[in-house]
Amino acid sequence: MPTPTPYPTSPPTTTEVETGFNFAYLDEQTKRSLRRSLLKAVAIPGHQIPFSSREMPMSYGWGTGGIQVTASVIGPDDTLKVIDQGADDTTNAVNIRRFFSKVCGVATTEQTTEATVLQTRHRIPETPLQEGQILVYQVPIPEPLRWLEPSEVETRKMHALEDYGCMHVQLYEDIARYGHISTAYDYPVMVHDRYLMRPSPIPRFDNPKMDRNPALQLFGAGREKRLYAIPPYTKVRSLDFEDYPFEVESWEQSCQLCGAEDSFLDEIILNDRGDRLWVCSDTDYCQTRQAQGFTGDSAPVPVELS
Amino acid sequence: MTQAIHPPTSISSDRETPAKTRSPLLQVRDLCKSFGQVQACDRVSFDLYPGQVLGIVGESGSGKSTLLNSLAGKLALDSGTITYRSVSGDVMELTGISEPRLRRLMRTEWGFVQQNPRDGLRMNVSAGANIGERLMDVGGRHYGSIRATAADWLSKVEIDGDRIDHLPHTFSGGMQQRLQLARILVTEPRVILMDEPTGGLDVSVQARLLDLLRSLVRNLNLSVILVTHDIGVVRLLAHQLLVMRYGKVVESGLTDQVLDDPQHPYTQQLVSATLTP
Repeated sequence: MPTPTPYPTSPPTTTEVETGFNFAYLDEQTKRSLRRSLLKAVAIPGHQIPFSSREMPMSYGWGTGGIQVTASVIGPDDTLKVIDQGADDTTNAVNIRRFFSKVCGVATTEQTTEATVLQTRHRIPETPLQEGQILVYQVPIPEPLRWLEPSEVETRKMHALEDYGCMHVQLYEDIARYGHISTAYDYPVMVHDRYLMRPSPIPRFDNPKMDRNPALQLFGAGREKRLYAIPPYTKVRSLDFEDYPFEVESWEQSCQLCGAEDSFLDEIILNDRGDRLWVCSDTDYCQTRQAQGFTGDSAPVPVELS
Repeated sequence: MTQAIHPPTSISSDRETPAKTRSPLLQVRDLCKSFGQVQACDRVSFDLYPGQVLGIVGESGSGKSTLLNSLAGKLALDSGTITYRSVSGDVMELTGISEPRLRRLMRTEWGFVQQNPRDGLRMNVSAGANIGERLMDVGGRHYGSIRATAADWLSKVEIDGDRIDHLPHTFSGGMQQRLQLARILVTEPRVILMDEPTGGLDVSVQARLLDLLRSLVRNLNLSVILVTHDIGVVRLLAHQLLVMRYGKVVESGLTDQVLDDPQHPYTQQLVSATLTP
């Protein structure tokens, strides 16, 4: 693994390992049943596998599915990185990272290249993943056909029969209304030319990164009790029309902190006079570039205190 | 009860005779379906020829809808056979066909018109998407051509082309029913099953829909199985008629023959009960 360029980060808060919990919070039987489901998921790329989702010490919608997957695959030697909306320092990311260092005592990192297990919500890191890394996604709704077919029996039948034509109705509707495919996140993909899959709410900018990715990608939906997976180097194709091919978002701006032109940008409104800052959504990528000496076209505007 | 096919005797000019010389498109033999103690369909048999409209009349609960749903593969039969001759000339037994083939057949060569258009349409997507869905189901992946076909079919069912991007709930009841027709006819099916297509529409809207149906059936050489309790509708559309009661076919024959000279007491009752303005 290449040595990452270090950048100054806040020193990791030393978290005491909580006693009285099994390693990674879940009991061994639960982890074993989860791993069995994961093996099945890896064997059938993109196919949803039911699993016995447990109550976790946080509410549904905060990543309970992803946490259970992480808990079942993490070992004492792993290094964990948690991403929320691309950032390592948001509430969700900080809490999940602290949770795992409390119940497993594993090392945590903010650097993509250092991590062996990455749990993510809403983004895939800009830094390309390596073989041996595991990317765990938190999934709110795993069923891509749910919006047009409320019956679970029927959607399962549609998956079994590869009956996915109606999925294009959604894309047709986008083009008819907006002139282009406006689905910006959770953009449906075909995995290994067989199963239709919801990639969780990542921007469609990240869809091409899933295609033939060297890392193992695991998806967990805690409330819906479903797991699915994309094994390394699996073909992942985004749905589109012949005359409206799949396209990712692009920006006229580049990151104003690190100057990156190839990353997903967030728009940050600075004040009520319309000043705004465009920055990489992937904080690790941005800081690594800044440490390497890249700068954006404007220095960060200081926060004004009136 | 296999009905003999008589040559039409005195039929008005717009009621063209279906090609009787050709072999039937659909053969139903001894179709039985019961729900517990209730025998909903009892040994129903008939033939459907290309270009023929077969009317099925009877009171509520006589098994008309059960028959139609069994034909569409929505209900499992107790016994009996449904034999269909496909476009490619294959003769297939629909009761033993695999689910993917049946689904594909229902989307290409068959169509089911629901009584309530809300059941047959996707109410949360535009009219164009509704029509395009069957095309996308069978592999259409070119937006431009799907849209052009949808616009073409809207005009064929007499809906203004400007409304292609409107949601179906902004359409009137009659328009919704015509949109449902377009959605089904877009893949040029050969067999259309209709369950009370004019139910719940007022008389003038009904007349317009019937007029459209009649011209579509004639121009596209459709074979239709039309379930209704409205004698007026079958008199206008159907070539052949089955009268059902308690799950049994009590009388069958040419529509005019059956309606003008009903033999079975129930049919006599049914015909005499019809309101004539």
